[in-house]
Amino acid sequence: MQPETAVVKVSAGAQPAAAEADTKMLINGVSVYYKAFRAIKEIDLPVYENRVTAFIGPSGCGKSTLLRSLNRMNDLIPGARLEGEVLLDGENIYAPGQDVVDIRRRVGMVFQRPNPFPMSVYDNVAFGLRLLGLRKKSVMDEIVERSLRAAALWEHVKDNLGQSGMALSGGQQQRLCIARAIAVEPEVILMDEPTSALDPVATLTIEDLIQTLKEKFTIVIVTHNMQQAARVSDFTAFLSMDDDRAGYLVEYGPTMELFTNPRKKLTEDYITGRFG
Amino acid sequence: MPTESVYAHVNLESNYRRRKILNAVMLSLTGLTVLVAVVPLVWITVYVVIKGGKYINWALFARLPAPMGAPGGGVLHAIEGTAVMVTLASVIAIPLALLGAFYLLARPNTSLAHGLRFSTDMLAGTPSIVIGLFGYAVIVVVQKHFSAFAGGIVLAIIMLPVVLRSAEEMLKLVPAEMREGALALGSPEWHAALKVVLPAAMEGIVTGVMLGIARAVGETAPLLFTALGNDNYEIGKIVRSGIRHHQSVGKILGQIFAQPADALPLTLWKYAQQPYQERVQQAWAVAFVLMLFALGINILARARLAYRRRKLYG
Repeated sequence: MQPETAVVKVSAGAQPAAAEADTKMLINGVSVYYKAFRAIKEIDLPVYENRVTAFIGPSGCGKSTLLRSLNRMNDLIPGARLEGEVLLDGENIYAPGQDVVDIRRRVGMVFQRPNPFPMSVYDNVAFGLRLLGLRKKSVMDEIVERSLRAAALWEHVKDNLGQSGMALSGGQQQRLCIARAIAVEPEVILMDEPTSALDPVATLTIEDLIQTLKEKFTIVIVTHNMQQAARVSDFTAFLSMDDDRAGYLVEYGPTMELFTNPRKKLTEDYITGRFG
Repeated sequence: MPTESVYAHVNLESNYRRRKILNAVMLSLTGLTVLVAVVPLVWITVYVVIKGGKYINWALFARLPAPMGAPGGGVLHAIEGTAVMVTLASVIAIPLALLGAFYLLARPNTSLAHGLRFSTDMLAGTPSIVIGLFGYAVIVVVQKHFSAFAGGIVLAIIMLPVVLRSAEEMLKLVPAEMREGALALGSPEWHAALKVVLPAAMEGIVTGVMLGIARAVGETAPLLFTALGNDNYEIGKIVRSGIRHHQSVGKILGQIFAQPADALPLTLWKYAQQPYQERVQQAWAVAFVLMLFALGINILARARLAYRRRKLYG
């Protein structure tokens, strides 16, 4: 187990991430079972604060399962069970007595398919704020605007905040979902293949957005697209499926290193496109 | 623009406290509701089992009714009547319902499809006694006699919307890509529907059919005007007499459908109001049989559905 305030040195490269960072989350010997089936096994992984961590790997290797274990979304799946611990600021989020609602407030999520609620753009963003008990209209307006600006959507919707969130284009919908997630100021944002349903232009916008978002938030992203992992992330974890169909961690490291100088043959094969 | 945090404006702790109290209250309320919903079912089942279970015997299933007031006898006439009428209803309603459902799948937005959906919904909502009255007016009055045929027809009308709409729902659950995959191979629409969509939806459709049958078996009111009731209804007797008179198979079948017939719920309704203790006891026994049948078919249908879900989604 790594100390909670582990500090890594990232080899200097094109990415400005080459700085010391604190551990925000720590995945510690985590296995997830769906009933008798073990989906991922014994994964150890740090998530550094204000950095982008990417999970890559072939289909079915448990990337999404691992991601969803970071804010206990797997709790919603009947028969799902987790062994090991996931620390958030040094505290196990699976410890008895933990408030799952509070954990999800602190660890927000953006999904694969944009899922705006069937209500106005404004109400979509205000949704989480109202949950927190915010009533004051002026403050609400302010935070909605700030969140939409941060998600690079404000210019497109400011004249018509009353339009339905579902009337937006796919890329705009996803940015609305990001605005909705950041409105409640989570500490960590999980993104589950956030661009896989989007066209290349919208994808680029979201990737740019991730770069600015990491100044304020810690980001964990699952992606099918290795170029995307290389473009947006500071650290990459490569997962693969073992013979027993359980996902396991093959290699983890600073993205630059993992992509330019992989330690494992399997990683090299995958990133050079020889399998997967 | 000020960059003040939302947390400067909310009291998270009191919000969470209020939420937890509300959560506990609502959870107990919903738990209570579950109890309220379950209690009647358990109560009815236990009551019917206690009252009716002890009068179950072999004669009940094998004999015709004894004369009024006399002990013994059974409800074979009602069992056979129910079987005949529900079979007729199924033979008419199930193919029609499946064809209708396939039409809704293939042409979901034509005015005919909207009309079909609307009319089946209306039909499903029509009180069954009204459907019985309709059967009386257009079949019984025209033929000038009550019959198992008339009973079967009204049961078919009752089954049709149940099976059609559940089949449509099941067919809609089949991913469109699957159907498109077949069409893209040059498969005609009927072929794709029959060979690809139907097998994929089969389990669910069978479930819907079973629920439709259970519904038809339990109907009483529409049979009052159509099948009427017949203490002497016995298929064996009709067949034997037909053979004795060298009648054709068609003629014998016609006899089976032409006579007035009884049905289990109809018998239950009649027996329960008779002053003879034997009959009232048999009414309870019939209630027990009906209950067992309805519960059994529902449990079987639901188990199939659960099995299908497990198979599809792992």
